[in-house]
Amino acid sequence: MTTQDPGLHESYLFNRDVIHEIQRAATEGIYDIRGSGAKRYLPHFDDLVFLGASMSRYPLEGYRERCDTNVVLGTRYAKKPIELKIPITVAGMSFGALSAQAKEALGRGASAVGTSTTTGDGGMTSEERLSSKLLVYQVLPSRYGMNPDDLRKADAIEIVLGQGAKPGGGGMLLGQKINARVAGMRDLPPNIDQRSACRHPDWTGPDDLEIKIRELREITDWEKPIYIKIGASRTYYDTMLAVKAGADVVVVDGMQGGTAATQNVFIEHVGIPTLAAVRQAVEALTEMDMHRKVQLIVSGGIRTGADVAKALAMGADAVSVGVAALIALGDNAPGLDAEYRKLGSAAGYYDDWQAGKDPAGITTQDEELSKRLDPIMGGRRLANYLRTLTMETQIIARACGKSHVHNLEPEDLAALTVEAAAMAGVPLAGTRWIPGRF
Amino acid sequence: MSTDKIFDLAHSTVRELNQALHDLNGHQAGPRFEVRNAQGEHALAVGIAAPLIVDILGHVGYYCAGMNQHATVTIQGNAGTGLAENIMSGVVRVKGNASQAAAATGRGGLVVIEGDASARCGISMKGVDIVVQGSVGHMSGFMAQRGRLVVCGDAGAALGDSLYEAEIFVRGTVADLGADCIEKEMTAEHIVALDELLVRAGITARAADFKRFGSARKLYHFNIDHADVY
Repeated sequence: MTTQDPGLHESYLFNRDVIHEIQRAATEGIYDIRGSGAKRYLPHFDDLVFLGASMSRYPLEGYRERCDTNVVLGTRYAKKPIELKIPITVAGMSFGALSAQAKEALGRGASAVGTSTTTGDGGMTSEERLSSKLLVYQVLPSRYGMNPDDLRKADAIEIVLGQGAKPGGGGMLLGQKINARVAGMRDLPPNIDQRSACRHPDWTGPDDLEIKIRELREITDWEKPIYIKIGASRTYYDTMLAVKAGADVVVVDGMQGGTAATQNVFIEHVGIPTLAAVRQAVEALTEMDMHRKVQLIVSGGIRTGADVAKALAMGADAVSVGVAALIALGDNAPGLDAEYRKLGSAAGYYDDWQAGKDPAGITTQDEELSKRLDPIMGGRRLANYLRTLTMETQIIARACGKSHVHNLEPEDLAALTVEAAAMAGVPLAGTRWIPGRF
Repeated sequence: MSTDKIFDLAHSTVRELNQALHDLNGHQAGPRFEVRNAQGEHALAVGIAAPLIVDILGHVGYYCAGMNQHATVTIQGNAGTGLAENIMSGVVRVKGNASQAAAATGRGGLVVIEGDASARCGISMKGVDIVVQGSVGHMSGFMAQRGRLVVCGDAGAALGDSLYEAEIFVRGTVADLGADCIEKEMTAEHIVALDELLVRAGITARAADFKRFGSARKLYHFNIDHADVY
């Protein structure tokens, strides 16, 4: 590799980043922990394009003809399925990882556009329940804050088996973010590192999970849709087992999905890309004749309406945003660059969400920092962002001649790389070739 | 309201039973419920939120009395996995044995197991008191956060692994202790508190005969010098 200094040849294998990490590890004696999702290049929705209508397809007029975006979740068993106005939800993020203001802002933003937000590891706060018209209550291995009253207050229940950033891994919340309120909700002392378990405490395997789901349905009188969230790894089989266990909705989180605090080595090297996971999940649902009967929510690297449209075209019913929602609230804002630099980072790079020193007031429990985030303004920004994603999705859907975004289909897609063609199961652009199929 | 309500599960469904119980959620009193022919059914008497008396005749399956609030549930038989999981308050009593993960994540109330409990009894417990007249299996009290686990018999391997602030009392032998779990002094104050708990549980035993175990608190903050125990 050539550098700006002629004659100096940087090693691809031992480049400056690698050398820096080895030196850091040697000095500190601990792995690097950070927030956000995988940062390295991975095949993604960017590697797909839409085949807009032309001679053989009939497009819809962009500013005149309807292109609906609503989605109903939980039609399989729940007495009270939930209807979202847009196919974009806000993913689970914990109070503890995020400030109460940030949780409220997420609820406000999601509610303004008629979609749901989700609790996280640490329980349900009153702020997020009040600000969220539709709130999904997570049942996690740690069961921090687990409470039947909150379960009854929820609009849907999400049993979390894993997260795309760390399939097979539990969570951690470092002591510096454990103030008295967070500690109280989790039944633990303040200021200590909190390890969230990687396995559920009261069931093992899909047969047990089926019974666990039945218990949750009984407690809530079969009213609430029950989601199962999996971190993408053996997605085909996990989706099948989730359906078998009785899920109303399967949530698949690819390896680009964010986290509040996880080892960098875990984020970058465990799990499979969202692109591959969506196809596997849809294949599993289709083979079981459950596609659209059990709804599929996809997350992990959703940034634009194009990403939304591509996920839907591959067969998802909805998507979730997490990292992007935080950015919409104000995370990594250029105006905070000087403060990020004081923390050894910079605007556009900040990922030390575990540290609790977020100058944007989002990934912190510091009272003064938290106050910087105005939940009303943050909610407005998130709503703006979600509306933009929705309109972008509609633009693409209309161009493909679809009167509902769910009418997008794999046939509307082509891949730009062989890898993406294989993972997504769509032809390489300009060919009819899907690697591994024909 | 004192008239008994009898649910014979040979003729009614679990759904009907739970709905009848839930219809009284938030009430200050209600009839005594007697459940017959439990036949190992799962999710019996879950999600109660009222001070009801529920007697279940026969063995129960998974998650009996799950997330209980205020009720007193007695099982005249054995209980399957996840008995009284996430119990918030009230009393759940099993006259026989309990399977794995009894009182898992329980946040309050009292769970009494008059027989033995299997593995992971009190896993991730968060404030519940558990009294086992017999013995408990391996990994009991794993990641236990708050509350008390009392074992009148013996404890299996890795007791109290990765323990937080819960207290464990064992009268018999302990196969071995899990990471960060150590024996602690049994003070007069602990003996008084444990005696009170044993009386409340209706279990005849002398608190002074028990050993106390708790967290060494060495895993509360990551320390590279402790990497071998993680």
